Formats: sequence, structure tokens, C-alpha cells
Amino acid sequence: MPETAAAHAHHFDDLEQQHQASWLGMWVFLASEIMFFGGMFLGYTIYRTAYPQAFADASNHLDVWLGTVNTAVLICSSFTMALAVRAAQLGRPKPAILFLLLTIVLGAVFLAIKFTEYYAKFIEHLVPGGAFVYDDALAAAAEIFFSFYFAMTGMHALHMLIGVGLLATLIVKTARGRFSADYYTPVELIGLYWHFVDIVWIFLFPLLYLMGRHFG
Amino acid sequence: MTEPIAERRRHYLNVHYGLTSWLFTTDHKRIAWLYLVSVTFFFFVGGLFATLIRLELLTPQGDLVQAETYNKLFTMHGVTMIFFFLIPAIPAVLGNFLIPMMIGARDLAFPRLNLASWYIYILGGLFTLTAAAAGGVDTGWTFYTPYSSIYSNTHVAVTVIGIFITGFSSILTGLNFIVTIHTMRAPGMTWFRMPLFVWAHYATSLIFILGTPVIAITLSLVALERLFGLGIFNPELGGDPLLFQHLFWFYSHPAVYIMILPGMGVISELITCFSRKRIFGYEFVAFSSLAIAALGFLVWGHHMFVSGQSVYASMIFSLLSMLVAIPSAVKVFNWTATLYKGSIAFDAPMLYALGFIGLFTAGGLTGLFLATLGVDIHVHDTYFVIAHFHYIMVGSAVMAYLGGLHFWWPKMTGRKYPENVARLAAVIIFLGFNLTFFPQFVLGYLGMPRRYHIYPPEFQVLNVLSTAGASILAVGYVLPLVYLIGSLRYGAIAGMNPWNARGLEWQTPSPPPTGNFDVTPTVVEKAYAYESLEPEILYPPGGRAADA
Amino acid sequence: MAARVDALFYFLVAVSVFFSTLIFVLIIVFAIKYRRRSENERPQAIPGNLRLEVLWTTIPLALTMVMFVWGAKVYFDISYPPIDALEISVVAKQWMWKAQHPEGQSEINELHVPAQRPVKLVMTSQDVIHDFFVPAFRVKKDVLPGRYTTVWFEATRPGSYRLFCAQYCGTQHAGMVGRIVVMEPSEFQAWLSGGAAGVSMAGAGETLFQRLGCAACHLPNGTGRGPSLVGLIGKKVRLQGGGSVTADEGYIRESILHPQAKLVAGYPPVMSTFKGLISEDGIMQILAYLKSLNREEGTEGKK
Repeated sequence: MPETAAAHAHHFDDLEQQHQASWLGMWVFLASEIMFFGGMFLGYTIYRTAYPQAFADASNHLDVWLGTVNTAVLICSSFTMALAVRAAQLGRPKPAILFLLLTIVLGAVFLAIKFTEYYAKFIEHLVPGGAFVYDDALAAAAEIFFSFYFAMTGMHALHMLIGVGLLATLIVKTARGRFSADYYTPVELIGLYWHFVDIVWIFLFPLLYLMGRHFG
Repeated sequence: MTEPIAERRRHYLNVHYGLTSWLFTTDHKRIAWLYLVSVTFFFFVGGLFATLIRLELLTPQGDLVQAETYNKLFTMHGVTMIFFFLIPAIPAVLGNFLIPMMIGARDLAFPRLNLASWYIYILGGLFTLTAAAAGGVDTGWTFYTPYSSIYSNTHVAVTVIGIFITGFSSILTGLNFIVTIHTMRAPGMTWFRMPLFVWAHYATSLIFILGTPVIAITLSLVALERLFGLGIFNPELGGDPLLFQHLFWFYSHPAVYIMILPGMGVISELITCFSRKRIFGYEFVAFSSLAIAALGFLVWGHHMFVSGQSVYASMIFSLLSMLVAIPSAVKVFNWTATLYKGSIAFDAPMLYALGFIGLFTAGGLTGLFLATLGVDIHVHDTYFVIAHFHYIMVGSAVMAYLGGLHFWWPKMTGRKYPENVARLAAVIIFLGFNLTFFPQFVLGYLGMPRRYHIYPPEFQVLNVLSTAGASILAVGYVLPLVYLIGSLRYGAIAGMNPWNARGLEWQTPSPPPTGNFDVTPTVVEKAYAYESLEPEILYPPGGRAADA
Repeated sequence: MAARVDALFYFLVAVSVFFSTLIFVLIIVFAIKYRRRSENERPQAIPGNLRLEVLWTTIPLALTMVMFVWGAKVYFDISYPPIDALEISVVAKQWMWKAQHPEGQSEINELHVPAQRPVKLVMTSQDVIHDFFVPAFRVKKDVLPGRYTTVWFEATRPGSYRLFCAQYCGTQHAGMVGRIVVMEPSEFQAWLSGGAAGVSMAGAGETLFQRLGCAACHLPNGTGRGPSLVGLIGKKVRLQGGGSVTADEGYIRESILHPQAKLVAGYPPVMSTFKGLISEDGIMQILAYLKSLNREEGTEGKK
């Protein structure tokens, strides 16, 4: 049974225009995010080309198993997010809340694993800056690798954190009955954002963890 | 006279009173005022720095301020003027106010995001002002590494964080404009019926979205490098200082198009109104804005011809820089052709517009000198460059801003400004500007480098001329500050359309009601249909469009 | 070269004056001729003219292409010094210029050069980015830390010419000025041999080569732990892990400071870094020494 029909904001002509505007707004925002991460990807690529040995060596210090688990966790979270959007689309708040909650949990798992990795790097003296310790010959380039590692995954984690916060607000709003089959735009668009953050990780993981890796 | 009528009517200025009604507004017109006050503040702060610079340069010796102070002055002048005045001014003041009205909308697509943009801008400004008060930055607004990342002992991190924050203000404004223009045009307002002001802001918004994030991440990396001793741009640690330059200019070159495109949009409005004639070559002017935005992303390396970058890279950037000049030339020719067989009036906005065309032509042509490889070697990093960009940023962009401010002032305030004083101010600004900056072309060719507080004595005469011009320019800028504020109380009441202009914004009362249009208008004809005697839009009878 | 730069500059001035005048005159003429005479005037709409648009797009395009090609040609010639140029090393630091002649003379903030002879400067910075700018010669080039850049000129008239630093480099950027002293060739020779010349750059380089222990591994016959450096400069070198690089000044400097960055194929990574043990001047001297080995062997490398 549909909830009260959502009224559109007063400056829009109708719900359809509002939806169109919100949808375009999120895509434009994601375009700016691509440029934001793109700058770091470009810098990383340039240095990787300049110091292939050092970067491969440094990359092997990352825990590829934790990275793989995190990748799986994020992909699952995108799945649960998509299920949440579907539930909202069908006007079913309870499953929507459930899937949003699952997504948050998976996001939190990702962040916890990330934190574990960061802590491990801290103990191994691989955090760039004064305490960085590395084999002399490759130290400079390896420090650059880790600078990018922390900057890129840190920025990504920040985006995840913001995403988790947004999901929490969605849960609250869903519980208060603000969404219906006619109006679930925020769920849809935050879903888009979540998928984007997931995709950024899909690029980060192979670049940082897998290139030049030797197993066993 | 009929004064009481306007006072009794409710409009966006008097619908609510009190500080909170302003600080928590979501009305794009009020937000435009918030920006207007802020950018004016930053303009005069930046102007103060410029005054001290020009005073120091009266003599070849460093006798007014110490070297380190001077270095902070030109850095803060650049940072303040570029990030806190030029980039936001026309879009956030005039764009915010007018874009919804020009396309027949009640507000921008995301009004609360609009307000957030302003707060983010102020927060960034506070960071940078704090850095200035705490002792300033001395790296130049270009923050070249490794000086900025390792060697400078000034407040680099705080300043770049301020710029980083303010960048998000730009991104959100651009996002708002793009979505509004795509989704909220009134019925009948097709893309090719939109005023060129809107086209110009659309193109600018594309640059906001795609360029600003790159400077954000670049400055973040510099801040991280300073705070944590990373080695990304430090050659001692395997980093590449040229990488910084590429990343920096990848944004900062398109940024200069952010600074001029909106002004070009203003000029299209002014030229048509004060020639009372359609723009010549509408599609060409519209597409030239898009071309400038697109090509503008491909030319950043022309700032690096002597940086040690490869000869072949330099050649490609030089070629592309020539191409980006063409759409600007096309605009200048089209504006001039619009004057042909027009009916030309010389109110203050038109004086600014005509001045713009002349000064922009000069500024743009001198850009070609810089794009030409063989010449750039000689004039790079000299006063020639300074003269070139001031012709565009001050001689063109600021004049467009002032022209637009005067033009739409009656709409924004319901008051007219004093026309004769305004014309005088425009002329003073034009003359003062030329005296300030033309000698700098000569100085640059003769070899005076930029960012020098002391210089060989043979350069003194030209420097004195320049400072003399600056004092005249300063008078020219103070005048509008005084009479525009004065007009709020003493100005004649303005009617709905004091200029007899075409454009939806002139079909609303002055000042407009909060929702701009009580009923969404239906547009029936192209922009600038000055030859037509027909009404511009169809309003149902009894609509509140008519006034005064 | 400077004359060529000026010729191009004045061409641009001419084009600019032409178009500025054209626009100014048109504006003034139109403003006067079409000034509003009555409030009821309603001019005809003239939406556009395709032929005019094409005209004022293609003519500027053609002109800018001329500017580009001409400018690129001048730039290309400025970028590549003649083979027989006299080579002088320059090290920039906050806030002074240090120059060293091959014969061993050092100068600070001054550079003596002979007239009518191409001079090539090989430059690096000890700290931040500087820029070597001599307006009278119409030359300018950034001087970078961690890299070598070059600039060349041929002075035609004896005299003293201002040298400026043209890349902001900190507090005394404006004070980092000097002069280029151009002398008649015979006077320059006299200047070179007079004064406390001492050891030539190559000689000083050889001393360093021995003292720092380079000679212990880099035996000239290639039997040492490191490759022979005779005839190295300008040669193509095969690297570990595939790929190759031309052994120019930058490569040699990098290998001294970051030995494993581009390791030569077939050699173990045992060279330690000399960072902190050798100055930029010292590296320039070693380079001069290695170049002298090229000449002795008669194996002049490519380029």
C-alpha cells in the first residue's frame, strides 16, 4: 500500500522534474569525483612507470589476502545496496532497511579490515614520513608508493565513511516512512554513490596490490 | 512620486527580515547577495595587497617592505583575487541571481546546496585569512614545489587547505547550474532560445566540475608532503617537481576560462540591450563558449615552455593554445558586428562592455605572444605575463562584472544608480587601468622579471607610471562602492524594465518576488528579439508580471 | 638568435596593432554612426552571416598557424645547442649563481664568456627551482633540482649584460642577479689564464674519482665490480630488467645518487649512494672528467 504521496519541492514543477534534476545532479557529482581520484591515479601511474622495481617490491608488502577479502566484501555490499534500492522501489520499507543495514555492516567490515592493514603498516614502519624504514636502495621510491597507497586508500575510506553515514540517514528516513514506490530517489542516488565508491576500489585493488606481485 | 507602491509590495528583500532570514535563506537571489558582500570584501583585501605592491615598486630599492613581506604580498594578492574574487564573482553573484530567472525557473535545482556552497566558500576564506593574519604565505599563488612543499617557512598548509575547501564551493555551484539548465527551463525555452549569459555559465560549470577536483587533490598532496614529509614532489626523495606543475596547471589554466567566460556572457547581454539588436551569430557565440571550455583543458603546458619539459610536448601545447584563441576572436567579431546598424546608447553598462571588447582584444592578442614558443622564452615570467593576464582579469573580467552589476542593479534592488557618476567611474577605471598595465608590457619585454621587489634603476620610469595608474584605478573602484551602496537609500525607484531589455528577468517586478514567477512563463521566441514589438512571453491575464 | 626572436616579436606586435586598431576603429565608428537618436528606434535584426563567420575564423586561424610554425622553428633552434659549443657548468642555489669553466675557473654571480662563440650552460639547482634569464640574449631556462637543463647562446658584442633569476625561489629571489661579461676572444683567453685558475674541471673530477673510491670498482678495462666508464657518455646502456637508456649527464648524476634506479644489466646492485658525500659542483667535475675520457679514447658518444 503506498504511503502518502511525496510532495515535490516547491521550486520544481512536478515530481518527475525533481527526480530528473536529482539524478543528473548525482551523475555530475560523480564526474567530479572521477576527476578527483583521477589526479591520484595519474600520479601513481607516472611514478609506477618511473620506478617499476621499487613499486613492485613495495606492493608485495601489502596483504593481498586482506585486500581480496575486502574486494569481496565491497562487491557484496554493492549487491545488498542494489537489493535495498529494489526494495525501496517496490515500496517495501522493511526489506529496504534490512538491506541498508547489511550494506552498512559490510562497509564497516571493509573499514575494519582497512584499519587492521593500516595498523600493520604502522608497526612495520611503512608509513611515509619520519618513521619510514625500508631497504636503502629502493627506499625513496617505495616511500612514494606508500604515500600514494595511504593517500588513495585513505581518500577511498573517507568516501566509504561518508557513504556509511548517508546510509544511516536513509535507514532513519525509511523507518519514518518518507519513501514510497513513487518517491525513493535518495535511496537510488545514494546507491549510485555507493556503487561508484565500490568501482574506485575495483581499480585501486589491482593497481596497488596485484601488479608485480609474486605469490608463494 | 510613486515611491510608496514599491515599498508596499512584497518581494524577495522584504518578505522576511532579520539576520537569520539571510543566513538561512535558500532563495538564490538572497544567496547572490551573500556572495556579493563576501566577494566585495575579498576584492578590497586583494586590492590592499596590490596597493602595497605598487607602492613598493615606486622605487628600485626595497624600501617600503622587506623582501619576505613583499613575497607574501604578491602571493596573498594572487590567492585572494583568484580564488576568492575572480572565480566566484560573476557566477556566484550574477549567475546565482539571474540564471533561474533567465530560464523561467523559480530557483536553482538545489537551493540548500546553493547555501551550503556559500558557507563552504566562507569557511575556505576564513582558513586563508587566518593564514594571512598569522603571517601569510610566500610561495606565489602557483605554489611551485619543492619551494612550497619543503623550503618555505610560511603557512602553506593552512592556505592550501583554505583553497581546497573553497574549491568545493565552486564544484557545487557548477553542479547546481548544470542541473538547473538541463532540467528546469520553462516551456518554450529551448537551448537555442536561452540567453548567451546562460550558455556561458553552462560552459563555465563544465570547467568547475571537471577541473576543480584536480587542484583539490594536487594541493592536498602538497599539504600532505609538508605535514608528513612525503616525497612525491621532492627530487631528493625521487619525486618530480614538474609533476606538480602539470597537475597544478591542468586546473589553473581552465580556471582562467572560469574567470572570463561568465564575463563574456555578461557582455553578450549588454551589447544586445544597448544596441537594441539581436546578437550577431548567436550559435557561433554559444558554441564558442563550449569550445573554449573544451580546448581550455588541453593547453596547460604553455605555462611550462621553459620548465624543462620536452620540446615536442611544448610544440603540441603551443599549437593547441593557438586554437583556443580562435573562439574568443569569433566572439569579439560577433559583438562588434552586433553594433552595426544598431541603436547604441551609452549608459554605464555599455561603457563597461565597450571597454571590455577593447581590453579583451588587447589581452587576448598578447596571449598569442605567450603561446608563440620563440617569444615566450623571452617574456615568460616577466611583467609581460603580468600585463597580459591583468588585461584579461581586470581589464575584461572585472569590467564585465561591474557592467553586469550596474545593468542588473535596478532588478536586484529596485533602485537606479546615479548614471553620470557611474559613467565617470567607468571612464576613470578604463584610463587608470591602461596606465597601470600597458607600461608593464614594455617592462616585460625589456626584461623585468615578475615577483621582484627590487629592480635595476632603468626600469623605474615605467614602474612609476604603473603605480600612478593604479592610484587612478583605485579611485575608480571606490566610486561604485560608494554610490551603489548610496543608491539603496537615495536611488530613484526602478521599474520592471528600465532598460527596455528583452529577457525573462525583465518581465518580473524590480525587485522580484521570492518565487520569481508566480506562474511559469511560456517562451515564444528567440533571445534578444529586440526588433519585435510582440510581448516576450505569454502570461495569463491577471498575472503579476506588470508593474510600474 | 636574439634577432630572430625580435623579428617574430615585432611580427606579433604588427598583427596585434592591426587587429586592435581594426576593432577599436570599428567600435568607435559604429558607436558614433549608430548612436541612439530616439527612444523609438527599432533596428532591423541581423541574425548573422555564415560567410563572415567563416572569414573571421579562418583568417585568425591562418595567422595563428604562421605564428605557431615560426615560433616553433625559433624554439627548436634555441633548444638544441651547436655541437661545438663551449660548455660551462652552472649550479644555482638560494640565492646565487655558481659557474665553473672547464679550465677550472669558478665564478659567483658572474660569467665571463668569449664573443662570437656558442656557449652552452649545463645547469642544476641545489635546492628549489630557479631560472637562468639573460634578457639581452633572449634566453631563459628553468634550473631544476635533481636534473640538468641546458641553455645556449652566442654573444655577438662584448659588454656586460644583466642576468636575472626568473623563477620565484624564495626570500632573495629578486637579489639573485648577476652579469654576463662578454669579452673579445683574445681577452677571454687572457682572463682564463690569468687569475688563480688551478686545476681544470676534468682534473678536479679525476681527483674526486680517485678519492671517493669510484676508481676501485669502475676499472677502465671493465674487469671491476662496476662497468667501465670510458667512452660512456652518450652511449646507450642496457638496463637490468630490459630496456635501455642513453648515458647522458642526467643518467650519470642519478646513478651516483641513486645507484639502483637504473642498474646496468649484468652487474650486481652493490654500489652505495654518494648522496651527502658529493656536491652538485663535484658531480659536474666528475662529468667533465668522464667527458675527457671520451675524448682521449676518441670514442665520442652519439649527440
